[in-house]
Amino acid sequence: MSVDATPVLLPPAPEADILGEVRTARMVWQRELIRFVRTRTRILTGFIQPILFLLVLGYGMSGLVGETAGFDFKKFVFPGIVAMSVVTTAIFSAISIVWDREFGFLREMLVAPTSRASIAIGKTAGGATVAVLQGTLMLVLAPLVGVHLTVGVVLGVIGIELLMAIALTAFGVFVASRIEKMESFQVVMQLVLFPMLFLSGALFPLNGLPGWLNVLTHLNPLTYAVAPLRQVVFSAQNMPAAAQARFPSHVELFGHVLPIGLDLAIVAAFAVLFVALAVRGLSRTR
Amino acid sequence: MGRGPGGLRLGRMAAIEQAEQTETGAAPATAAPAGGAGAPAIEVHDLVKRFGDFAAVDDISFAVEGGEVFAFLGPNGAGKSTTISMLCTLLAPTSGRISVAGHDVVTEPKEVRRRIGLVFQESTLDDQLTAEENLRFHAVLYRVPSEEVEARIDRVLALVDLSDRRKDLVSEFSGGMARRLEIARALLHVPRVLFLDEPTVGLDPQTRALMWEDVLRLRDEAGITVFLTTHYMDEAEYADRIAIIDHGRIVALDSPAALKAAIGADAVDLRTADDEAAATALRAHGYRLEIGEDGIEVFVANGEDEVPALIEAVGVPVSHVHVHRPTLDDVFLHYTGREIREEGGGERPSAMMRARMGGRR
Repeated sequence: MSVDATPVLLPPAPEADILGEVRTARMVWQRELIRFVRTRTRILTGFIQPILFLLVLGYGMSGLVGETAGFDFKKFVFPGIVAMSVVTTAIFSAISIVWDREFGFLREMLVAPTSRASIAIGKTAGGATVAVLQGTLMLVLAPLVGVHLTVGVVLGVIGIELLMAIALTAFGVFVASRIEKMESFQVVMQLVLFPMLFLSGALFPLNGLPGWLNVLTHLNPLTYAVAPLRQVVFSAQNMPAAAQARFPSHVELFGHVLPIGLDLAIVAAFAVLFVALAVRGLSRTR
Repeated sequence: MGRGPGGLRLGRMAAIEQAEQTETGAAPATAAPAGGAGAPAIEVHDLVKRFGDFAAVDDISFAVEGGEVFAFLGPNGAGKSTTISMLCTLLAPTSGRISVAGHDVVTEPKEVRRRIGLVFQESTLDDQLTAEENLRFHAVLYRVPSEEVEARIDRVLALVDLSDRRKDLVSEFSGGMARRLEIARALLHVPRVLFLDEPTVGLDPQTRALMWEDVLRLRDEAGITVFLTTHYMDEAEYADRIAIIDHGRIVALDSPAALKAAIGADAVDLRTADDEAAATALRAHGYRLEIGEDGIEVFVANGEDEVPALIEAVGVPVSHVHVHRPTLDDVFLHYTGREIREEGGGERPSAMMRARMGGRR
């Protein structure tokens, strides 16, 4: 018997393994991108759904709402559609965990001698990157609805997209880590995703809502991401005061208008919370 | 030792690893038993796993030596998968102690995981990735030093004869190829113990044979310990030792040859007009026997000489006599009172049918 010849892996010292964890997270991230690029149908459907919303809501409502100083509902809803694209892509990227569970690959990751945190973080980063790519792709539609873009606006949009994508992918990873069956994930997401989108101000102005609905919109993390996104896009549009009053882009809290920095800080806080939950959720899953 | 091209490469890999080992082994202070010669690769003491009131694994103990091929043989639901899950750190034992590759699975799961390779019953490949991408992913997860990854991927792919499919998507692979890729992947981090959970379920006989060639070559040349679960008798034959597990307990544990020898030198199959009556009569004459699905099996020292006396003793008309060496099927039947079926059900179809008919009456 060749016991003496038994190959022994030389395990690196655990303290020095941070590099290994970083490599793991990067690899998980990379896998998300590879899969995204390879499933072209997903990119296409991720593109078509928001276009439908843009057409239906933008053109349909514009006729009803009319113009104020040359500014119409299409322009108002455009940043919301971009946000919607980011949110759905982020959440559905997180679905891949449930998918991985069904097809076994999750097990390959979970049994490895690696920290689950690296996997959760890599997954979140991967989903968020994909969501930002998809959301940014929507910007090519800007000329179609007459929205003017500058380099500064695009960079600002990408930054905000990244923040909201991280928060939402992490949220999705957390939910997915607690769910064993594909069907239940769909149910949870329908119950969470659509209310979240509709109550975020992405598709209609939030002013003048009844009290209880007002409370819900203010509890919605997405509200604080949609507002900055809209403010950044609006900053490059020629908007007279009348148009700004008609199509508000700020969140008001207890009669105060929240500055963009505070909005983003709230989104960042949610992102930190959700990433922590995602790490914890995946660490506990079997 | 017949060395194919893959074998040669693997031999070299073992040599490299050995050199690394002696390097660290030079420091006498490292008393870690991980690579210690003679230490069992797997040690299990009084292992119990309960789910509620049900004991899936009911107080088992065994040890597997380094370089051994050890099989857990039993019907589905016998506790094989539960045991292998505990050995692989995936399931916490209710009580008992397990050490794998010199580390405790409960207190040092990461150390254990680093030293074991796993091939599950279900595929755990990402079929949207290529073979190479799957291997690279694994290399990172298992901390294979980056400068070694390339060479190791070459080696393991050559070993399972998939070098030319390196850049192909796994979704284009056949079931057998995917399984071989999984074995290659499990070897990428040079494990001490390779766990195979029902490794050849769903594979055609040819692929099965190929896979076993790979596994045995690995054991011979790299000294890897192999622990597998199976409900295929012919698969268990490859093992150095077999533990027959039934209802969460080990009912027999020995080499295939010793297990067969233990139940008798020869087996005689008899088909009679009335098996029940024949069995009663034979037992009265002191014969050891089992009632199988199609007839009675009698275990005797010398089958051919014994046949006339057997027929004499049966007392009812005999329609068929067949003398053969005992098979693992006979061993299994002897220890569990049941036949094992390829489909994996512990129950015989005829018995189930009988039960159903009985219920209707």
